[in-house]
Amino acid sequence: MAAITLTINNELIGARQGQTILDVARERGIDIPTLCHLEGLEEVGGCRLCLVELQGSPRPVPACVTKAAEGMEITTHSDKLVEYRKMLVELLLAERTHTCSICVQNGNCELQTLAAKLGIDHVRFDYLHQQLPMDASRERFALDHNRCVLCLRCVRVCDAVEGAHTWDVRGRGSTSRIVADLDRPWGGSTSCTDCGKCVQLCPTGALFRKGATVGEMIKERGFLNRILERRRLAAQRRSA
Amino acid sequence: MNWVELVELAESVVARQQVCRLRLLVCCGTPCMAAGAEAVVVALKEKLAELGDPADLELVSTGCQGPCSRGPLLTVQRPGQPELIWQKTTPELALAIVEAALQQEPLPEQDRLPEDWPFFTRQTRLVLANSGRIDPESLEQYIGLGGYDSLAQVLIDMAPDEVCSGVVRSGLRGRGGGGYPTGLKWQLVHKENGPRKFVVANGDEGDPGAYMDRSLMESDPHRILEGMAIAGYAVGAEQGYIYVRGEYPLAAQRLRNAIKDAEKAGLLGSRVLDSSFSFRIDIRIGAGAFVCGEETALLASIMGKRGQPRIRPPYPAEAGLWDCPTLINNVETFGNIPSIFKIGPEAFSAIGHGKSRGTKVFALCGEVVNNGLIEVPMGISLREIVFDIGGGLANGAAFKAAQTGGPSGGCISAGQLDTPVDYENLQALGSIMGSGGLIVMGQQSCMVDVARFFMEFCLDESCGKCVPCRTGTVEIYRLLSRICNGSATNRDLQHLEQLCRMMKDTSLCGLGAAAPNPVLSTLRWFRHEYEAHVEERRCPAGVCSMHELPVHLLGEQLLQRIAASRSDGEGF
Repeated sequence: MAAITLTINNELIGARQGQTILDVARERGIDIPTLCHLEGLEEVGGCRLCLVELQGSPRPVPACVTKAAEGMEITTHSDKLVEYRKMLVELLLAERTHTCSICVQNGNCELQTLAAKLGIDHVRFDYLHQQLPMDASRERFALDHNRCVLCLRCVRVCDAVEGAHTWDVRGRGSTSRIVADLDRPWGGSTSCTDCGKCVQLCPTGALFRKGATVGEMIKERGFLNRILERRRLAAQRRSA
Repeated sequence: MNWVELVELAESVVARQQVCRLRLLVCCGTPCMAAGAEAVVVALKEKLAELGDPADLELVSTGCQGPCSRGPLLTVQRPGQPELIWQKTTPELALAIVEAALQQEPLPEQDRLPEDWPFFTRQTRLVLANSGRIDPESLEQYIGLGGYDSLAQVLIDMAPDEVCSGVVRSGLRGRGGGGYPTGLKWQLVHKENGPRKFVVANGDEGDPGAYMDRSLMESDPHRILEGMAIAGYAVGAEQGYIYVRGEYPLAAQRLRNAIKDAEKAGLLGSRVLDSSFSFRIDIRIGAGAFVCGEETALLASIMGKRGQPRIRPPYPAEAGLWDCPTLINNVETFGNIPSIFKIGPEAFSAIGHGKSRGTKVFALCGEVVNNGLIEVPMGISLREIVFDIGGGLANGAAFKAAQTGGPSGGCISAGQLDTPVDYENLQALGSIMGSGGLIVMGQQSCMVDVARFFMEFCLDESCGKCVPCRTGTVEIYRLLSRICNGSATNRDLQHLEQLCRMMKDTSLCGLGAAAPNPVLSTLRWFRHEYEAHVEERRCPAGVCSMHELPVHLLGEQLLQRIAASRSDGEGF
């Protein structure tokens, strides 16, 4: 693999061809915030939190999908970017009803952590206070739309890793909702295998295990890379 | 059909038309149909039947002739005499005109449009050259006006890379709004290696107030097919798709018929014009999402997926439909192609201004006297469009702003009326060329309200994939609503600007990135109106109701009420 050199935050950094800016930055311990990104899943580029400034580009570029290239000059934490990230997380907090004090994920939530890291102490925009329903019709799991940030991790993992494609998106814009099968209660879904992958990958408390109470839901994400690694090895063995 | 047969057919059509002592062209575009064009056609048909349907009298139901607010329009052609046009034609008037023409008497002057009417004389019609002059359902009439000649010429005389460089030399740029040089795009796709390539025409026109693409598809469908076939030959594609907006059933039907006729005549399908080039075109109908006008969303929609944009690169030229190299252009861009090869790329690039060459079709609407579809050379000033072609504002009202580019564009104020209209200038003014909607507004329009209207449109049409567009549009709409109902504070105005800048920089696709343009451009040119709303709680245009108090004034009002109740001697 060819080696390339690029500059991140005025520091010359070596990288391998094919790596994304995010990969390179994380390897060097530069913390670019992300939400929809999850290693092992196809990128969506929807949360826009990983935007970085690239010399010569009129607009910031998403680090999760932009491949590192020779001679790139990248800034990851300019004042403008930090402000944009704050506004984006504020928009997410304002969009649905994220009440941490009654959330199963309190203390283990990626959105909460992001907000704390960015120093968000208040939201400057109107809370939309959408009164969304909750789907607790599945035996072991439940879905609370009020905590969903539409990162689509559940949709992607169900489709690409579990192969069930139970989850999809209904509607558009601010009325988008995650739906099971063709918009039926999750409990009635015939494609869902109850594997719980979506629940473990959900960054907030939108998908959770029934019976968990406030702050009790701790998610385990390591399984994704274990599965993918074993599949990769199995594929290698088959081709050999 | 081969080239010789094509030329022979064209000549025979022209010869037949030349012996006509009277040709009646009734505009059957959608606005004219709504105004009663059908009754005129029926009356004229009966009259001709009464006369025994003589071969030297011809009645043609054409597509859009232009001045849409004045329909139904009737154009009369007689050999050796200037062409005359009547507006607001009734069946009686039409019959009187025919009667007089047959008796060689002077034609009625009532409702006749002057021959030197600037609406027509100031236009340069290349894309719309055939619109309103042919029956869109007739392949013969299109061929009679030189149709498919450019395709034949390209297939026989030129190599594919010569065609691409011809388009480069013409200086044509994308007419969908972005303004990317069309020739460069063609060269990119031409250079790509791939077992299959595709050509896609974007007819998913969704801007409020814009109808250029619909008119073109309805009035001259073969022009788009010819442009696409030339593109297919140039880039090496054998399959084309036209993505037509779901709300345009007539356009889809006419295109379908046109494809069928062209295939039957050997102008599309296998071995086009007896050459080794094959090209098929299929129609895809949209399902009512504005975002599908964005190229990656449109391609996803054609492939049967959810119509959502994806991050570029890779651009469609590299990986488009089913990951094959795909050329995607607006239908108006394809409409320019036959003209380029008819008059020559150099002659085409002689028209225009700066880096914008050729002409642009605009849908002129709003408070202007002459509403309608116009085609003007690039570089014409907005003043000429609004006051010469458009005839100024109705009732002599004063001009306030022109909105170009729909929800992705911006408002241009009276001070900028003399700027030549081209891609760069409009962008510098904070607007965009866009697909070509041009809405003229007078003093009674409130610019905050206008911005709110467009933001409401964007919030409805956001696909929901990226956060800034999905939630940003809702929050901007709420802030604008607060300004309009009088409850906004200076802090809200500040948040509005922050949010607009953030959205512009961070949104995933063009819809979100351009959605703040109406707000930012009105903030730039009409900031005083925003300030009047916020600081003086007053709408200068008298549109907004201003019925709610800002929070910081509520206490004051409460104190006043307490004081009033005390002086009355009553308890609060």
